[in-house]
Amino acid sequence: MCGICGCGQPDGAVTIRKIDLKKVNFGKVTPLGAVSPLGHHDHDHHHVHAAAMNQAPGKTVLQIEQDILGKNNLLAERNKGFFEAKNILALNLVSSPGSGKTALLERTLADLKGEIPCFVIEGDQQTSNDADRIAATGAEVVQINTGKGCHLEADMVNEAMRQLKPTDGSLLFIENVGNLVCPAMFDLGEGARVVIISVTEGDDKPLKYPDMFHSSQLCIINKIDLLPYVNFSVEKVKEYAKRVSHITEFIELSATTGAGMDEWYAWLKKQRNTRLAP
Amino acid sequence: MHELSIIASIVEIAEAEVQKAGAQRVESIELEIGELAGIEFSALDFAWEVGVSQTVLENAERHVNRISGQARCSECDTTFEMQALYDPCPGCGSYFSEIIKGKELSVKALTVS
Ligand SMILES: Nc1nc2c(ncn2[C@@H]2O[C@H](COP(=O)(O)OP(=O)(O)O)[C@@H](O)[C@H]2O)c(=O)[nH]1
Ligand SMILES: [Mg+2]
Ligand SMILES: [Zn+2]
Ligand SMILES: [Zn+2]
Ligand SMILES: [Zn+2]
Repeated sequence: MCGICGCGQPDGAVTIRKIDLKKVNFGKVTPLGAVSPLGHHDHDHHHVHAAAMNQAPGKTVLQIEQDILGKNNLLAERNKGFFEAKNILALNLVSSPGSGKTALLERTLADLKGEIPCFVIEGDQQTSNDADRIAATGAEVVQINTGKGCHLEADMVNEAMRQLKPTDGSLLFIENVGNLVCPAMFDLGEGARVVIISVTEGDDKPLKYPDMFHSSQLCIINKIDLLPYVNFSVEKVKEYAKRVSHITEFIELSATTGAGMDEWYAWLKKQRNTRLAP
Repeated sequence: MHELSIIASIVEIAEAEVQKAGAQRVESIELEIGELAGIEFSALDFAWEVGVSQTVLENAERHVNRISGQARCSECDTTFEMQALYDPCPGCGSYFSEIIKGKELSVKALTVS
């Protein structure tokens, strides 16, 4: 059913569902929990919502000056308020597909287990593969499938949170859809945005996708175990990122070997403590 | 392609306005889009017809005020045309500047009937 108008349009692409941890068995494909369709992103609106049937006399010009992203920004503010009230540090992880967001999370969740309560929202166009990988670590996770959508929006995160119910003082990782373009435009209400680039990508990525770097607070350089085999300059990527953004903190690590992960945990704890402090 | 979801947001805004005004359809729509707003104009053109089909915006005339980018250098105060985000200042070569114009993304006006 359509979320705006209740018009009975069939469910479209966006679905949000919590992964049932009891059914997850390390890597096996699992049956999914309840599917909650998210109203107005589901379909391309092949129906008219305007109910007005009375004849309007002639034309009317409406000077509205409305920000097109206004609704998303408003909902993002609401998410932010929720996070702040509950002392939750929410991180929006953005990167190209394959930079290692899920691998970084898998290791992080395993290492922080028992120390800091962690929750995860996974954004992907299709499949719950990544959420299943996360669930295998024992962390609570909700999968958002955006279908044709190439980024997460604030209302999807809001809906996911209703199912996830992150606890006070927890860490919430939001893995955005792999894409360095439009997730930059859609604020989710996160406390910080973390951009990840791997050394198998071009070191000029910050110049090609300046918006994403400009809107991030931390840049993680992943897959440093592969540095000997690729033509990638860590110094250059830093120089380029500094040109187009205010990022001053870079963490070089390998989600595979674990090198550099301590620095990442120190950053997480510092961020979280600043938030928990009165 | 986020242009489709941008169009979906425009449709949502238009539908709410049409309903408020007790009208039935949009005759024309005026958009203001900056060249640094992250919108690809050709992608917007390409997706528009599909995005508005069977909504109040179907067949609406679309006017786009395209606003070119302008920035002021944080180092030397030079104001310059910015074609791509974070072009360096032509005066001193610095990459630090403040964008003054070109980030607009709004629905300015609608003519409904
Ligand atoms: N060698 C190496 N491979 C990595 C590293 N991190 C991730 N990968 C691999 O890169 C691929 C994509 O990782 P994934 O976490 O799915 O990326 P995502 O799309 O950003 O979530 C997988 O095959 C990972 O095993 C790393 O630090 N070193
Ligand atoms: Mg992933
Ligand atoms: Zn609808
Ligand atoms: Zn997108
Ligand atoms: Zn200058």
